Amino acid sequence: MSEQRKAAALISGGLDSMLAAKVIIEQGVHVEGINFFTGFCVEGHTHAIRERDRAKPKRNNSLWVAEQLGIKLHIVDVIEEYKDVLINPKHGYGSNMNPCLDCKIFMVNKAKQWIQENGFDFIITGEVIGQRPMSQRKQTMPIIARESGADDLLLRPLCARNLPETLPEREGWVDRAKLFGFSGRSRKPQMELAQQFGFVDYAQPAGGCCFLTDESYSAKLVDLWQNRGTKDYELDDVMLLKVGRHIRPKSNFKVIVAREEGESRFLEGYKKEFTSLISSSHSGPLALIDGEPTDEDLALAGRIIARYGQGRDADQVDILVRSQKGLEQTIQVAPFAPEQIVEEWFV
Amino acid sequence: MSRETLNARRLLCPLPVIRTQDRVKRMAAGEQLEVICTDPGVMQDIPAWCRINGHAILETKAEDGEYIIVLEVGE
Repeated sequence: MSEQRKAAALISGGLDSMLAAKVIIEQGVHVEGINFFTGFCVEGHTHAIRERDRAKPKRNNSLWVAEQLGIKLHIVDVIEEYKDVLINPKHGYGSNMNPCLDCKIFMVNKAKQWIQENGFDFIITGEVIGQRPMSQRKQTMPIIARESGADDLLLRPLCARNLPETLPEREGWVDRAKLFGFSGRSRKPQMELAQQFGFVDYAQPAGGCCFLTDESYSAKLVDLWQNRGTKDYELDDVMLLKVGRHIRPKSNFKVIVAREEGESRFLEGYKKEFTSLISSSHSGPLALIDGEPTDEDLALAGRIIARYGQGRDADQVDILVRSQKGLEQTIQVAPFAPEQIVEEWFV
Repeated sequence: MSRETLNARRLLCPLPVIRTQDRVKRMAAGEQLEVICTDPGVMQDIPAWCRINGHAILETKAEDGEYIIVLEVGE
């Protein structure tokens, strides 16, 4: 009896990677999933933070897919290593700050390391030629295979018949005739295959949860780099860019103002890392200051956050300012009128 | 039966799952792990991770804004 071969499937939580894994499972290969956590690819975070969404937390689609397929899933923390991909993408960015091609090369490279460490034979992805404008094109397929170092250990079951044979096909570990030749942006072939497999519930659209493809999020990230004077970030930055109104009245600081109670509670957790402000005379949101504000700047920030509290129409509002070290002072400010917070300040 | 505790407060999913996964790797079958979190998403994600990786959920509870899951490491 021949030895059962083992494949690691990159599982994003979308339909394509789910189908690719299923195609290979059906051929008798032992498949386990890998999901890489960069910090940017989780749509559930805003649900976990915002008050109105906490009662209905979103499922983690990669875990859900693994459970549907009956395979193990290994979630790998790549937050630190991913910084270099985002900060210095060799192949550049997409329409926003999404370094899709470099990201794919990085993940396949990490998968290659993983299969070597864990005794697996090859790698599967759900890529389809022409499905995505930056990373999934006919020209980029060999680039990913070559630059990741995976070469012909990388099998794309959904479009394999449009590509040269890989090692698993040549060795007979999988039957090329039972792989597919999907191409183009249409989702119809995938949906038909999903129906054949009996998959009725799956994430739509496939794999579209990366914050870096979002224009508003990307603008905040660029603003962060420009005003810090360095292209660097920590996980806390990644998280904070998802929360609150970001208002930068001056280049040396910005104000992050909670939009609702859940966000205020989330920002509370950062009071030891940032100066925080909250109205003590009226109810209102918590705000953090990112940067190095002067006393004059704190008064300006106070006028901004007073605008978003119950004291917005009062002549004067008391603002409690708390430093990272816990030193407190109260300042009196006149709330800004809406038109005084100019549009250019909003990041 | 030995029981370890993992503080995953303030972490958002999937980080509590990753921290649980990394801790369980260092534990032996039959040992128990209590994970304390503040992201309600763990009530779905950690049990799902346990089901697909062969670990048993012994208890889940929510109290005072925290979510506590006790699991037993499988073979």
